[in-house]
Amino acid sequence: MSFAEVSRRVEAPALSRGLGARLGRYGLRSIAIVYLAGLILLPLAAVITKGFGNGTAALTSALSSSGAQNAIKLTLVTALAAAIINAVFGTLLAYVLVRYHFPGRSLLSAIVDLPFAIPTLVTGVMLVALYGPASPIGARLAEAGIDVVFAPLGILMALLFITLPFVVRTVQPVLSELDEAQEEAAYVLGATTWTTFRRVVLPALRPAIAAGALLSFARSIGEFGSVIVVSGNLVNETLTAPVFIFQLTGQFKPEEAAAVSTVLFAISFTLVMVTYKLVSRTGEAI
Amino acid sequence: MSAGQIVLQRGLRRRVVRGLLLSLALIYVGILLVAPTVGILWTVLQDGTQMIFDTFALQDVQNAFRLTATITVITVVVTAFFGVITAWVLARDNFPGRSILNAFVDLPMAVSPVIVGLMAVLLFGRGGWFEPFFAAQGIQIIFAVPSMVIVTIFISIPFVIREVTPVLQEIGTDEEEAAKTLGASSLQSFFRVTLPNIKWALCYGIALSAARALGEIGAVLIVSGSLQGMNESATLWILRAIEERQDSQAYVVALTLAAVSILLLVSIEFFKHRRIKEISR
Repeated sequence: MSFAEVSRRVEAPALSRGLGARLGRYGLRSIAIVYLAGLILLPLAAVITKGFGNGTAALTSALSSSGAQNAIKLTLVTALAAAIINAVFGTLLAYVLVRYHFPGRSLLSAIVDLPFAIPTLVTGVMLVALYGPASPIGARLAEAGIDVVFAPLGILMALLFITLPFVVRTVQPVLSELDEAQEEAAYVLGATTWTTFRRVVLPALRPAIAAGALLSFARSIGEFGSVIVVSGNLVNETLTAPVFIFQLTGQFKPEEAAAVSTVLFAISFTLVMVTYKLVSRTGEAI
Repeated sequence: MSAGQIVLQRGLRRRVVRGLLLSLALIYVGILLVAPTVGILWTVLQDGTQMIFDTFALQDVQNAFRLTATITVITVVVTAFFGVITAWVLARDNFPGRSILNAFVDLPMAVSPVIVGLMAVLLFGRGGWFEPFFAAQGIQIIFAVPSMVIVTIFISIPFVIREVTPVLQEIGTDEEEAAKTLGASSLQSFFRVTLPNIKWALCYGIALSAARALGEIGAVLIVSGSLQGMNESATLWILRAIEERQDSQAYVVALTLAAVSILLLVSIEFFKHRRIKEISR
């Protein structure tokens, strides 16, 4: 008989206490439901009902403007580029951190977490300070014809900075669980490092890499703080969807803002749900 | 070529690959993360310490930091208190709809901060659902501090819940049941048994919440209606300083904010190690 069972039996006659416990339980349950429903569900409902305020017609008309389409397109393209680059370099970083032992490894590991700590607005400010027209590096790059700040490249760098930890931190635990003996066996049988990685390591990592890349994509399409500083917010050129929503709100056009928000939210929500499915599946695999 | 030579050659090749991969990883992190961080540090130091003192002497900057601290403290207290209750309900309670409730918790992660700001405008702004009620009470929500607190709480909700729930599931109910059997009330059992078990996870969640609240910009920018010096948090002040071309001052405040957050990160690392020990115990 487990301890819990004993205690339950001892407690069984104490009916009045059982009632109190049940009341307490219902009380806590209600608090949790009211907290989450009131603070999360209600505001979301407000945006979605506003987005569909005048039926789907208002939604489609708000999305048919070239400003809205270009903003959403730019957001999706930069987020996709960030996700792909993250998938490659995130996996590389995770591999280096797990498989190689070198001086400064724990420092590198700490630096990888830096984006979690630095406010995204500060990330934008940092990039402007380094690559902006006022800095020596920025001036030299401009001479060479490479625009970082106030250009899509700056947006991409900001997104890469912010989402760097995602793939690393999803791949790392899976990689360290993998049996290194399999890789050694492949080496001994004559496989090169690349073949070993592609045939032995990569198949096991694929769900984790996909999950990390999806998370960084979802995070990227909502990013605002760094982008508003770095991009310069030129309509049709460097205006991303979140900044577009911000401008619409400032111009008292809540219906259009809500329409673009609904699209953005639908995309990132779907991605996050898919990611959790992937992560829970990798969790079972281990 | 002898077998020994082949082995030697392949060992050499693996070392070369290792060197290449390592340098590639270091260069990537160096350009992307280290260079901007060092860059802003260097820029601030070049302007001299006088600039740092001058910036902190500005009344607007002091007000901004005070407001950011207020918002962060309220956010942390609210999300910690209700977060622990919600985590307990998710881990211990069983009722229809629990898994839906569980899914709600992650929603703020999927929502752009700008959309969070828009939500507050739609609820509390002109023509909003709650506008008549608060207008009748004479309480200003939107374009005032209360809405800034509300949006920051929204964004910080998941952290404490996501840290505490798995620990509660891990430790199980045996110790709590034992305390109850020995005559402890629910509250006693919570403060004497449950809380000590989850305290490091809770601290970790709080540190993440605080880091997020400190740096929030998108949502507060929309709801603050930021008038100069009024309703201006530290991030909003930085944004205005950049627009007004006061770059040096903006860099100082940005660096301060980053330093505070990094300090939080270091404490997060500390908590994480404590927690790993806690679980493996």
